[in-house]
Amino acid sequence: MDKFTTHTGVGVPLRRSNVDTDQIIPAVYLKRVTRSGFEDGLFAAWRNDDTFVLNNPDYAGGSVLVAGPDFGTGSSREHAVWALQNYGFTVVLSPRFADIFRGNSGKSGLLAAEVDEKVVQRLWDLLEEQPGTEITVDLESRTVRAGEGPDAVEDSFDIDDYTRWRLLEGLDDIELTLSHADDIEAFEGTRPSYRPRTLA
Amino acid sequence: MGKTLSEKVWDEHVVRSAEGEPDLLYVDLHLIHEVTSPQAFEGLRLTGRTVRRPDLTLATEDHNVPTIDQDKPIADLVSRTQVETLRRNAAEFGVRLHPLGDIEQGIVHVVGPQLGLTQPGMTIVCGDSHTSTHGAFGAIAFGIGTSEVEHVLATQTLMQARPRTMAVTVNGSLPAGVTAKDMVLTLIAHTGTGGGQGYIVEYRGPAIEELSMEGRMTVCNMSIEWGAKAGLIAPDQTTFDYLEGRAEAPKGADWDAAVAQWKTLASDDDAEFDEEIVLDASTMTPFVTWGTNPGQGVPLGGVVPDPADSEDDNDRVAVEKALQYMGLTTGTPMRAVVVDTVFVGSCTNGRIEDLRLAAEIIRGRTVDKDTRLLVVPGSVRVRLQAEDEGLDVIFKEAGGEWRGAGCSMCLGMNPDQLAPGERSASTSNRNFEGRQGKGGRTHLVSVPVAAATAIRGTLSSPADLEEL
Repeated sequence: MDKFTTHTGVGVPLRRSNVDTDQIIPAVYLKRVTRSGFEDGLFAAWRNDDTFVLNNPDYAGGSVLVAGPDFGTGSSREHAVWALQNYGFTVVLSPRFADIFRGNSGKSGLLAAEVDEKVVQRLWDLLEEQPGTEITVDLESRTVRAGEGPDAVEDSFDIDDYTRWRLLEGLDDIELTLSHADDIEAFEGTRPSYRPRTLA
Repeated sequence: MGKTLSEKVWDEHVVRSAEGEPDLLYVDLHLIHEVTSPQAFEGLRLTGRTVRRPDLTLATEDHNVPTIDQDKPIADLVSRTQVETLRRNAAEFGVRLHPLGDIEQGIVHVVGPQLGLTQPGMTIVCGDSHTSTHGAFGAIAFGIGTSEVEHVLATQTLMQARPRTMAVTVNGSLPAGVTAKDMVLTLIAHTGTGGGQGYIVEYRGPAIEELSMEGRMTVCNMSIEWGAKAGLIAPDQTTFDYLEGRAEAPKGADWDAAVAQWKTLASDDDAEFDEEIVLDASTMTPFVTWGTNPGQGVPLGGVVPDPADSEDDNDRVAVEKALQYMGLTTGTPMRAVVVDTVFVGSCTNGRIEDLRLAAEIIRGRTVDKDTRLLVVPGSVRVRLQAEDEGLDVIFKEAGGEWRGAGCSMCLGMNPDQLAPGERSASTSNRNFEGRQGKGGRTHLVSVPVAAATAIRGTLSSPADLEEL
């Protein structure tokens, strides 16, 4: 995984709460067996609506999605993360992420940064008044910045220490775990014999 | 201080813990299906890794499979490729697979318990959020993404931060005709979709203890719909009776040793939960959703809500958007809502007890002429059992469709989908926009409500049906 330190890109206001992963990518788009090519499915139903934010050329090339609370609820499909990344998003800001989505983001290198609900509100207002405004997200200092003058937004964001460290270092979880193979083997030696096995 | 049930199970599975790091948790059973595993196996190939414990891994085909013509090649070529990819991966890495046509095929969360593989005190994961179903047996079970599927395949472990603990205590007894599904829909309407976030929830209390294993699975299944990491129920005699004699359950001396250990799996009297919710089952009624997330529900006797009653502006906008999508008007009685399709099935309500309950209500009656009834058993075993009992005949004689096993219209990944604007009453778990087909409108309901709705064509409970 590539190291993530800081990112600056056009902010896209998604004025919705409870964005479930069926909205991020409907099930019919989940049939590919690769990690790429999911951009067509991103917000597929909403993109039929001309007024949907991703259809507004002012936000073209946007890479920082600003969403309401409870983003990524529902299905565990990591395709939701891949669809956002395949489309061009690097960061999602929300006051609250569903657990599985946040975990999947960390594994795939999408930064899911938790910000205060008031910050989201101010970013929405800023991005709608001044479309094309860039947001800078600094993982090192855990800060988010956008705009200038009286409307400028600057605040901190939350991300758990471990995920932050892994993203900053670009580390592969499996490699880290395999460095503890001895511990896993020792643990396996203590498992009760009545636990089921799927193979004889 | 004592420990909660989930803390006991968690602690028993910690391979390694270190300050500032998530715990490394051992996985007792890894369930796999065709949709969330291909990229994980490809990851193993690219890095030259193997499946560490194929003997703790089980695969089946459920999400995208058709429910008709299951003996023929899958017509949708992209779906067929995905299923064939699973078959190739299972063969290459030595993973046991129950493919279409196999007697053990079915929805992964129906298959695990039915085989007796799901047992108390275990850790169980699957690339599917409804893995929480298995918590009904007193296991810690949760859904994971594809990167984590690869991690489990390669290491049989997961890095997991220890969740907080919550107790949901349900006192009293459910009134007649009110089910586990109504209980969990009532709970989610109370907490909202994010209320359980970060918690492992233990469901307990007299009303939980009175539930069958099927009912407990329905409750735990929907833990994810209020954001909980997992939901579980302490094992008891009901659990042991369900498991005894199943193909993969312990036998002989192993059974005795297992039960002795399982009996220790309860929260200690002095254990403290980080949070507690208390509900009274005796006040519960048939419950249905009106909106586009599982928290947007009301009693069947209620009406479509008014956005003006919302707590804040964001909430008001969400209610307005949901009503617009659902094509509903404030104040309309839920019983007046006309339904096009009734879906009975899914990992929430696709087990034999659910089909028996539906058949009991439908027996001798006729499905409304403008309503379609689709009954999809959760597994091949459930289908065969139902056919043995003549349930399929009851559904077919009433005018319903009887199908092969799979996830089907729960997520509309196979051809079983709603048309745009079409409205369903569904025993599944999600009423998200487009979940059951683009533009489709879903009302989540219990099995009795689904069956009565099929007969009347409007959202109904069995009490609304004319006596035979």
